Amino acid sequence: MSKKALNRVKKQFKKQLIDTHSQCGDETIIVGRESLHEVVAFLKTDAETSFDMLSDVTAVDWLGVRDDYRFEVVYHFLSLSLRQRMRVKVPLTDADPTIDSISDLYHSANWAEREVFDMYGIRFNGHPDPRRMLLYEEFEGHPLRKDYSILASQPRIDLLDVERPTTNLYQPNYGEYGLAKEVH
Amino acid sequence: MAADVAGILEIDQDLHTEAMLLNMGPSHPATHGTVRFVLTLDGESILKCDTEIGYLHRGFEKMCESSTWTQVFPFTDRLNYVSPLINNFGYAMTVEKLLGLKVPIRTEYIRTILSEMSRMSDYLTCLAAGALELGGFTAFLYAVEGREFLWDLIEEVTGQRMMTNYGRIGGLKDDLTDGFAEKWKALAPHLRYLVDAVHKLLTRNRIFIDRMEGTGIISQAEAISYGFTGPCLRSTGVEYDVRKAFPYHAYDKVDFDLVVGSAGDNYDRYLVRMEEIIQSMRIIDQCLDQMEPGPINCDDPRVLLPPKSSVYNSIEGMINHFKLIFEGIQVPAGEVYGYVEGGNGELGYYIVSNGSGRPWKIKVRPPCFYLMGGMAKMVEGAMLADIIPTFDTINLIGGEIDR
Repeated sequence: MSKKALNRVKKQFKKQLIDTHSQCGDETIIVGRESLHEVVAFLKTDAETSFDMLSDVTAVDWLGVRDDYRFEVVYHFLSLSLRQRMRVKVPLTDADPTIDSISDLYHSANWAEREVFDMYGIRFNGHPDPRRMLLYEEFEGHPLRKDYSILASQPRIDLLDVERPTTNLYQPNYGEYGLAKEVH
Repeated sequence: MAADVAGILEIDQDLHTEAMLLNMGPSHPATHGTVRFVLTLDGESILKCDTEIGYLHRGFEKMCESSTWTQVFPFTDRLNYVSPLINNFGYAMTVEKLLGLKVPIRTEYIRTILSEMSRMSDYLTCLAAGALELGGFTAFLYAVEGREFLWDLIEEVTGQRMMTNYGRIGGLKDDLTDGFAEKWKALAPHLRYLVDAVHKLLTRNRIFIDRMEGTGIISQAEAISYGFTGPCLRSTGVEYDVRKAFPYHAYDKVDFDLVVGSAGDNYDRYLVRMEEIIQSMRIIDQCLDQMEPGPINCDDPRVLLPPKSSVYNSIEGMINHFKLIFEGIQVPAGEVYGYVEGGNGELGYYIVSNGSGRPWKIKVRPPCFYLMGGMAKMVEGAMLADIIPTFDTINLIGGEIDR
């Protein structure tokens, strides 16, 4: 479906691409984490790829299956103008599961990356709001990792004396909203 | 007099004000029980909206990893529980894509018909709840009546109103019931009457327009960047519908219009949904005309359970049955992303198989997850009351967003 885009990326990033495939008609590229941001920025802006929407981010845990790496972070891109799709995968090791955030390129990466952190414990460098997404702050572990037992239970947390602090309490900037009033 | 005014202004300027933190939800009637907004307010203006989701998280993806491929179907019902059939068929389609299966043409038509019925019930629920929360109780009753008629028909085919569990890999649980087409033909005019009644009650209603028009606006570029799909994206004027862009089921064989808005506000989202109900009715009419009798399941023994007579009377049939039930359908190793147009937008399944009878990984792309991610952008700078219509037209479904 998007063979042309795949060839374009192949030509542009000969060295950075680890592998590519088109299983079931889904064009996929596998890149190292150091060149992810560069490749994604290209995918977004180039006229032949023009992937303007990041439709999903997730990860796969290959614990006990792959020796050379453990996690794969999987991005799905969609081009609304060219009606094509592409998948980008980035392998990560167990020792250092960190990757650059692409939330500066796509707004949708903000929540999606938070969920991946929540479920797999993969850290996104430069993420503006690195909190858990679906689970609560006191949750121990990351449930979608393969070594998290399906029978595992969580410790009971004490009642909080005070409201759990909202991590990014807002600093009002009234000018931004065109409001006349000023806070003293 | 002039001096008085000046004096009041002076006092006003000295008045000490500060931003207030307001907690809205998770148990607030308008947040449908499952979402919490931490709002920073200046008077009634929203300075910041921090959305917290996850109150309905039940580990869908973790459960899938310890089930066989077929056992996942009941879980998918509980994603978007207002249009469960679309989830069923979307999942079935994705696994079929990985298996390389082709389902019979009649199945494609039945899937299209039931998907459209689910879509209509999804939209009607969304419009009904939206009208109710803005004070329009009568419109709510009309819309929900339409939904109940649709669900009666769905119940007749699947055996359940909501938790249908009707899709199967390589086909369906059952064929349509006898007289389905006649029942639909009898229902369609009444449904049309109910939709028109909602139109009459809301579309030119001054109070409704005041609450909806110009509120919850999002621009085209931002909607795309936030990953909006479905009616919310189309309301900004982007012509993207999975049914048109990447046709699946029988959508390429029927004629229907792509409905787009222009302003990207709540009113446009309402109008897009209203018109799409009419288009869904058109699709069902055409499918019923084009459909012909035939098989509903593919005849591949790798996925299809053998007939009961063969299970009880032959050893091959029994072994086949046993293996399919206990070990599950053997899906070849690989990864695939399947997508359908759900009630709220693109519903995607990313599945990874290691070649066994159980999925290695299933990830759902819930459309309203990304819509909620952009909601802060839509309400910040607006008034507190604008949250209600905006939240309604986004149509958050707790089961889908929290999984």
